[in-house]
Amino acid sequence: MNLDFSPEELAFRDEVRAFIAENYPAQLRGKQDEGGDLSKEDFLSWHKVLAKKGWIAPAWPVEYGGPGWTATQRYIWSEETARADCIRIMPFGITMVGPVIYTFGTPEQKARFLPRILSGEDWWCQGYSEPGSGSDLASLRTRAVLSEDGSHYIVNGQKTWTTMAQHADWGFFLVRTNPDAKQQEGISFLLIDMKTPGITVRPIITLGGEHEVNEVFLEDVKVPVENRVYEENKGWTCAKFLLAHERTGIAGVAASKRGIERVRSIASSEMDGDRPLLANPFFRRKVAELEMDLTALEFTELRTLAGEAAGRGPGPESSVLKIKGSEIQQRITELALEAAGHYGAPYFRGFGDGDNEHPIGPDWAHHTAPSYFNMRKTTIYGGSNEIQRNIIAKMVLGL
Amino acid sequence: MDLSFTETQDMLRDTLSRFLADTYNFETRKKMLERPEGRDPGIWRALATELGILSAPFSEEQGGLGGGPLENLIVMEELGKVIAIEPYLQTAVIGGGALKAAGGAMADALIPGIIGGDVICAFAYAEPKGRYDLARIETTARKDGAGYVLNGHKAVVYAAPWATHLLVTARTGGSGNERGGVELFVVDAKSAGVTRRDYPTVDGFQASEVYFENVAVPGEALLLGGMDLIEQVVDEATMAVCAEGQGAGRQLHELTLAYTKERKQFGQPIGRFQALQFRLADMMIEAEQVASMTLMGTLKLDLPAEQRKAAVSLAKAKVSKSLRFIGQNAVQTHGGIGITVELAAGHYFKRLTMIESQFGPADWHLERYEALTLPA
Repeated sequence: MNLDFSPEELAFRDEVRAFIAENYPAQLRGKQDEGGDLSKEDFLSWHKVLAKKGWIAPAWPVEYGGPGWTATQRYIWSEETARADCIRIMPFGITMVGPVIYTFGTPEQKARFLPRILSGEDWWCQGYSEPGSGSDLASLRTRAVLSEDGSHYIVNGQKTWTTMAQHADWGFFLVRTNPDAKQQEGISFLLIDMKTPGITVRPIITLGGEHEVNEVFLEDVKVPVENRVYEENKGWTCAKFLLAHERTGIAGVAASKRGIERVRSIASSEMDGDRPLLANPFFRRKVAELEMDLTALEFTELRTLAGEAAGRGPGPESSVLKIKGSEIQQRITELALEAAGHYGAPYFRGFGDGDNEHPIGPDWAHHTAPSYFNMRKTTIYGGSNEIQRNIIAKMVLGL
Repeated sequence: MDLSFTETQDMLRDTLSRFLADTYNFETRKKMLERPEGRDPGIWRALATELGILSAPFSEEQGGLGGGPLENLIVMEELGKVIAIEPYLQTAVIGGGALKAAGGAMADALIPGIIGGDVICAFAYAEPKGRYDLARIETTARKDGAGYVLNGHKAVVYAAPWATHLLVTARTGGSGNERGGVELFVVDAKSAGVTRRDYPTVDGFQASEVYFENVAVPGEALLLGGMDLIEQVVDEATMAVCAEGQGAGRQLHELTLAYTKERKQFGQPIGRFQALQFRLADMMIEAEQVASMTLMGTLKLDLPAEQRKAAVSLAKAKVSKSLRFIGQNAVQTHGGIGITVELAAGHYFKRLTMIESQFGPADWHLERYEALTLPA
């Protein structure tokens, strides 16, 4: 057992570093530095660079277009992309519906959808939550009725919290196909073209002023039966599989490491009286404890990955990663906001913070409050942290 | 990067685990503690001669299995699972570790005795006023010809009543908590001028206040390395108690989980209540983090001193906090029976509580981590 990278792994790390340095889109870097909202094209610009290189889907099997990396190589990849402040790849295609399709889909579905997920031609969104079905996801009521000739479903209902649906070409939806069965046994997994007549997407504005999430209304939406993944009424199997996959990535260790580095750097230059904020015993203790908890999370993830390499798939223990990872992400934004002091208050959305004649506070402070507000989502989405504890209690502890 | 144990390491764990399952249970442990010497020497003898466990961390040239910190982790975790009171930490990890690192005639003389089970060590480093600062000591070692003469009072020396040899920190010079002048000595426990006041500890061990009054030791009793050596050995020992805490913490979680499945109130097992399910889930999360930090710190023991200390302190701080959480919540979940000596749970709680502060509690280690990694 050892933590050192082998010569091959070091060479891989150098290759990744060089590739990012040479190929990360310059105009994207500029926009990130200004802290502006990113457009669909911005998100896709990095996606397409990686797709061309064959590195867009690190965890996919080689036969479907994955790069065939080891767990250590994937670890190096996430470290290096976070270190270089690369934007994250939208997870809905690559980490969510892609693995569902290559695990449960038909050969035709794989051939039709997987290449377009990899290339970025299709932007995906997730139709899971409903106004009356949040944590109790299986109570969902969006109804899909099979046509008499069995050629298509007619879907009616409403989804909510649909992230980036405003950009989406396709959505994967959980719908009720049998209202008489036990809740989990009457759900199917449908792939729906977002341009189908009857679909309306309405923005929901969150506390930082972002338009990230949406409501999606479905009114007599016609979905060809060949767009159903896996058997009818077996959609819950896909949903659970997807949630477990979603949770491992959700630990976000590499990005949190980078986040703490930023907090350290801010608190080293920001003064608290005649000493840097980082020398304040209370603030530095919070930084130290955050690093402590992040290190614990990192090694829990490494142990989980080692377990996966030994043939134990991501199971209920991914709930541990989700709980601790989301808490840490939130604590980083808390510390950044605390560091901002007075300058956490100014709200810049909607007017020019590019005006440098009379700069309002330090640049880094502009987004601390919106980020703090926004990151409250992490303990709620992907199965709230309370739901994760239910999963641990039931699946791991047998309670 | 590779986080898997070798086959040899798995075998070491299996062998020890099976032996301890046969020898240590609630009743047999209780009987050991009630014996006049507070332990069953036959178990130590068997660990050494039948199982060869004490050879695990020594090199093949020294007559060992060629292991190191990971072997210590495995042994300590297994000992923790049954809250064993065997002096492996003091003898193999601390005594063996110091002798291995310092080398020389003393190492050659004592390591075979450790492996064979004849040498038992105790670590006399703490003093009544020193708290956790290893350099804040008043015990002196005055040069006298080729040897030294020791004077001082060492506090709460675990396993001292059983020990054949004491590892003693003492000043050859300097004062206060100056690093310079602090040295580590190996002292025959029967040396003239060594007296002890023995007592049991709350977690089932035997310990002593040890007094040194003009104790003459030969020159080779000084293990070369000073504070650097002492800190290295204590960091190794710190990770070893983390591993013990990992074993004991997980076992206590298991015991508590089992209890919530059989204990009934309001007509159902109390494990059906969500308030307790969440608590048990949180205890499991903490136990997993203890395992993660124990592995992290153990794997970083061979880094340069500053990085090693930072890693060990980060690990021990987390382990101390998590073990407190597990211990307190285990007692709360058991209810009244949890605060009695009648169930094993309470005994695990007591050992975990002592592990929390052994070689420094969370606050002390966070402060050391901050001093090493954050600007003043």
